[in-house]
Amino acid sequence: MDYDVNGTTIAADEEGYITNLADWTPDLAGVIAKAENIEMDDERWEVVNFLRDYYDEYQIAPAVRVLIKSVKKSMGPEKGNNKYMYELFPYGPAKQACKIAGLPKPTGCV
Amino acid sequence: MSEVKKFLYVNRKAPYGTIYALEALEVVLIGAAFDQDVSLAFLDDGVFQLTKGQNTDGIGVKNFSPTFRALGDYEVTKLFVEQESLDERGLTTDDLQEVTYEDEDDDWAEKPSIRVVSRAEMADIMANQDVVLSF
Repeated sequence: MDYDVNGTTIAADEEGYITNLADWTPDLAGVIAKAENIEMDDERWEVVNFLRDYYDEYQIAPAVRVLIKSVKKSMGPEKGNNKYMYELFPYGPAKQACKIAGLPKPTGCV
Repeated sequence: MSEVKKFLYVNRKAPYGTIYALEALEVVLIGAAFDQDVSLAFLDDGVFQLTKGQNTDGIGVKNFSPTFRALGDYEVTKLFVEQESLDERGLTTDDLQEVTYEDEDDDWAEKPSIRVVSRAEMADIMANQDVVLSF
């Protein structure tokens, strides 16, 4: 399932995770989000950027409970909870947000 | 809910050159979702997995050593390193990266996850497990 960003084709696997992490751009994030029926706003960008920072630091995409715990730690309990995160990303905050962030499928999502 | 079992993942191989070390770490991260009592052991060439300043640019594979620092987020907080294995390779604890976790029962104080133990202590740790998985 490849993506088209302003005429450039970006390769992705059958689930929609991009193949080459270096291909990611904010424009691509918007295209992936659209394919997921998600409109990117400040709140969603905050989570996507958080995930990219997490990957930079630890070289993994965190499992959903680890993501929510880490968000709680850095952004507070009003954001670091299941309800808020699933409202932003209904098909799973880790899976969907990681896809939009251009990261691999989260490690520990069985 | 079944009772919690003690799992020990034994790492004996150098981080690169074979896939064992990376696969072991992936298994640990996936297994951490099951709320078991998880420990990791590093002995023989496995102690090289925790060395700091790893650079894999020349071999074209991902440097996954930073991922050990995420283990605390997954509530994996016991990394046992065998003293004799370090000694035999001319390594000291100063050569190992810092891995910490936040202790929920102690006001989230940051504590070291790496514990250096003797070969005899390592044997006791292994004898105390329900499940030992060797990589």
